[in-house]
Amino acid sequence: MIELHDITKTYHMGDVDIEVLSGVSLSIGQGQLIAIMGPSGSGKSTLMNILGCLDRPTSGRYSFETREISALDDDELAHVRNAKIGFVFQSFNLLPRYSALKNVEMPLIYSGIPARKRTERAVPVLRQVGLADRMHHKPTELSGGQQQRVAIARALVNDPPLLLADEPTGNLDSRSGAEILNILTDLNKRGVTIVIVTHDQNVAARCGRVIMLKDGKIVDDRGNA
Amino acid sequence: MNFIEIFKVSIEAILSNKMRSGLTMLGVIIGVLAVILLVSIGEGARVYITKELTGLGTNLLIITPGKTSTSGGFHPPSAGTVRKLTYDDSLAIRRRAWLLTDAVPIVMGTGRIKFRNLGRDSMVIGTTPEFQRVRNLFVDIGSYVTQGDVDSKAKVVVLGTKVKEELFGDQNALGQVVMLSDARYRVVGVMQKKGTSLGWDVDDVIFIPVTSGQELFDTDSLFEILASTPRAEDVDRAIGQIKDILIRRHAHKEDFTIQTQGAMLSTMNTILGVLTAVLGGIAGISLVVGGIGIMNIMLVSVRERTREIGIRKAIGARNSDIMAQFMIEAVTLSGVGGIIGILLGVGLALVIPLFVTVLPTSVSVWSIVMAFSFSMAVGIFFGVYPARKASLQDPIQALRYE
Repeated sequence: MIELHDITKTYHMGDVDIEVLSGVSLSIGQGQLIAIMGPSGSGKSTLMNILGCLDRPTSGRYSFETREISALDDDELAHVRNAKIGFVFQSFNLLPRYSALKNVEMPLIYSGIPARKRTERAVPVLRQVGLADRMHHKPTELSGGQQQRVAIARALVNDPPLLLADEPTGNLDSRSGAEILNILTDLNKRGVTIVIVTHDQNVAARCGRVIMLKDGKIVDDRGNA
Repeated sequence: MNFIEIFKVSIEAILSNKMRSGLTMLGVIIGVLAVILLVSIGEGARVYITKELTGLGTNLLIITPGKTSTSGGFHPPSAGTVRKLTYDDSLAIRRRAWLLTDAVPIVMGTGRIKFRNLGRDSMVIGTTPEFQRVRNLFVDIGSYVTQGDVDSKAKVVVLGTKVKEELFGDQNALGQVVMLSDARYRVVGVMQKKGTSLGWDVDDVIFIPVTSGQELFDTDSLFEILASTPRAEDVDRAIGQIKDILIRRHAHKEDFTIQTQGAMLSTMNTILGVLTAVLGGIAGISLVVGGIGIMNIMLVSVRERTREIGIRKAIGARNSDIMAQFMIEAVTLSGVGGIIGILLGVGLALVIPLFVTVLPTSVSVWSIVMAFSFSMAVGIFFGVYPARKASLQDPIQALRYE
């Protein structure tokens, strides 16, 4: 589904060029559950941003479902993010002014879906993550685990083939973290391709494939079937 | 993403910070209010003066002695060679300038009028009967100065209502004898009440025959001659006739000036138009200041919502969606502020004359349209920079922003 070929990413910090990714090649198949691990500064977040079309590689090729991503302009990237990719962040990143339901509906606004249809689609997804009775609450009225479930619902509402999770359990206690992990593995069983960036060995243990990054290079890639 | 959705998002953002949005709008409200109010005061002055002047008749011609040149430059005084305007001049004009309906000689000065122990300094105007028609001022009780009075230099006087009230109170003044300077005059009439016109209290005036007036002021000349034509199109030809007659009578010298009410009116209109534009311009500056307020608050708002921008971009908002969201917010602030400013400005413009009678106002549609379009333009102009800044945020940086 995803092919990365010789991806590099260089940041300019003043006069110094810092190469964060140096020649990452990677292929991700439909329905995989992948953990990306590695020490701080190994380039996992950058790799995640490139996979998520939030950032462009300095060089290399990235194709997503046979589309060449590196050739797309800003608006086309926004469309890919909207329709093809769901994001789950460590800090949830919900909009505090809006209810859980409105937060989940948000991506559908940018897909141009009318208001009634949005609610029709958002409610079942919230039910799926077990928040049917909380959907009119604002994020501040929800626990961390509940907020992350809202964020997962938001990521899923447009039925994207790829879900990217950046330390999804990092801000949660172990019980909530386990719940979130269960939701993610369930989703994977239903066919959603999931990539999780994590420090947590327990999270990685649940994933069929673990990719280790170090100094911008893949040093280990276990369980790649 | 359609416009209505972005609009909703922007309105929600405005409503979520009511105090701040209100204060931001206040800048625009005051600006628009000031434009409308000041322009309406300028317009009010123009309308008032136009009304007062046309009330006198735009076909009015005013002939004054001495030549005032409009070509500028220095004219050496030629005292002794300038002939005064005389009563006979006015008679000649009235007899021979057939385009004119009236030619009214006028002498003017102040005089002390006394009745028993009461006295008053008033403006004294010596005229002929036609004065009533030319200046649209009519006698109310009794009669006006007659041609017979003029011919016989009769010592008769017609009082303005204020003079009558000061000297006689509620008593009947007709037939009473008053002292004007040192001469005895008989009151034959009282004028209609008119009030103040162009800063001149028309009720504080007394009228006597022009011949008696020349005697009173010890002069054989006139202050001016008022003439009028029945039709506005005849004004220019009538001026020609008057010139012909007077030049022949004045030893072939044009030593007099003929002004028309229409020309005075257009001069006044020009002056007051400039005044109105200046007032509007000054008020416009405050509207620009209001716009800067919008830009300031939009910049704060963009910064505060950096993370929101990042989230929206991550879930699929295009740059143009973000741009539109903040543009609509700025334009809504200025547009709503503009509408409130218009309502307040028009309201004040209508209420002020009720309390401050010397300040007539006139709300013109063009000032409303202009103030509103200007406020919208200010919103767009000062909204572009913050909105563009928002739309160009790097989503990764924005998501990390605390």
